[in-house]
Amino acid sequence: MDQRTRIVAIIQGLAGKPVDPSNEESLFESGLLDSFTLTDLVTALESEFSIRIPDSDCRPRKFDSIARIEAYVQSRS
Amino acid sequence: MPYLRALGCYLPSRVVGNAELGALVGADPAWILQATGIEERRFAAPEESVATLGAWAAKDCLESAGIGASEVGLILVSSGSSNRRFPGPATAIGSALGIAGTAAIDLPLASAGSLFGVALAAGLCRDYGNVLVIGTEIMSRTVRMDPSGRDTAILFGDGAGACLVSAEAGFAAIADSVLHSDGEFAEALRLELDSPLHMDGRTIILQASRKLPRAILEVLERNRRKPGEVGAFLMHQANLNLIVRVARALGVPESKFFRNVGRYGNTSSASLLIAAAEWWREAGQRMEAPIVLAAFGAGLNWGAVLAVPRT
Repeated sequence: MDQRTRIVAIIQGLAGKPVDPSNEESLFESGLLDSFTLTDLVTALESEFSIRIPDSDCRPRKFDSIARIEAYVQSRS
Repeated sequence: MPYLRALGCYLPSRVVGNAELGALVGADPAWILQATGIEERRFAAPEESVATLGAWAAKDCLESAGIGASEVGLILVSSGSSNRRFPGPATAIGSALGIAGTAAIDLPLASAGSLFGVALAAGLCRDYGNVLVIGTEIMSRTVRMDPSGRDTAILFGDGAGACLVSAEAGFAAIADSVLHSDGEFAEALRLELDSPLHMDGRTIILQASRKLPRAILEVLERNRRKPGEVGAFLMHQANLNLIVRVARALGVPESKFFRNVGRYGNTSSASLLIAAAEWWREAGQRMEAPIVLAAFGAGLNWGAVLAVPRT
C-alpha cells in the first residue's frame, strides 16, 4: 500500500466507515476527526509508520488533511 | 515524610442544569451532556468570591483534620479566576480563617495549580509544619454566557477544594511527585485581562492525552510501582472523555478513576481537591492501596503525585 492508502485506512478506522476524503479536505470540518480521535490518529500514525511524533509537533493543523498528514509523515520518515 | 492529613471542599449551593445553561448559550441540553458528560454544575452567588469559596473549603478540611486554623503554618492557594491581578486570594483566606500573619502564597496556575501546591507542600511542610493547600475557582465568570461563548461555557463550574499536608501525621504518605511545564503551548489556553477564557480544545486535549499518562507512569516507575497496583486515580476533572483515555492508556479499569465532572463540570484547579475530598470521604477517610493525583492545564503545566498507605 502507498502512504496515502495507509493514511486513509487509519482515518476510516477512526471514523468507523469507508470514507475517502480529498487531499485538501479539512478532516475536522468534515467531522471525520474531533479532539479525541485526533489523539488516536497521532498514535496510529506513530505505529503505522514507525515514527515518533514529538509533543511539540502535536498541533491540530498538521493533521487537518490527508495532504498535511502525508507531508508530515514524509518529514519524519 | 510528608503526609496527606485531611481533605475538604465547598460547592456553591446554586445548581445549574443543562436546560438552564443551554437556554443561556443556545445549546440543546442533550447535546451538552453528550459532548461533555456534564449533567450539572455549580455557580457562585454574586456576593461570593474565590476567597470566600476557598475559606469554606479550608474550614471543611481543618474540621476533618480535627485541628484549629492556628496550627496551620503556611497557606498555598491556587486560583486562575481571581478577579484582580494582586493581591490574590491567599491572604484574604488567611484572614477569613483568623490566622492573619501566617504566610499565604498564591499559585495562579489554573488547572494544575492545586497539584503543584500539594507537591510543593510536601517539601515545605518540613519547615512550616501544616501546609494548607487550596484550589478555588469561579470559572462561570471567565466565560461568555451567551451563544458566542457556548463551547467553553458548557464546560466549567465553580467550587473549591482543600488539602492539609503535614510532616507529622496523615492517612497517606506522599511518596513522590513529578511536575512539568512547557510554555510552547501557552497561547492554547489562556485568560487575558478583560477578555473571556480562550481554549483551543483540540490542542489541549491532544497534549493532555499524551502528557498525563506519561507523567503518571513516570512517578510510578520511579517508585517501582505499576498502574495496576494503584487503588484510585484522582485526576483534574476536565473532561470525562479525557479521563477515560488516560485510563485506557495506562491499561487500568475506568472504575479506578474517581469521577465527579458530571456533577460539577470543570472547576479548574479546584477540581482535583474536590474529587480527592469526595473520594476520601467515600473511602471512609482511609486508604489501603496507593493513590495517584494527576492534573494538566494552562501553561502548560502538568504532573502527578504518588501517595501510599502509612506503614
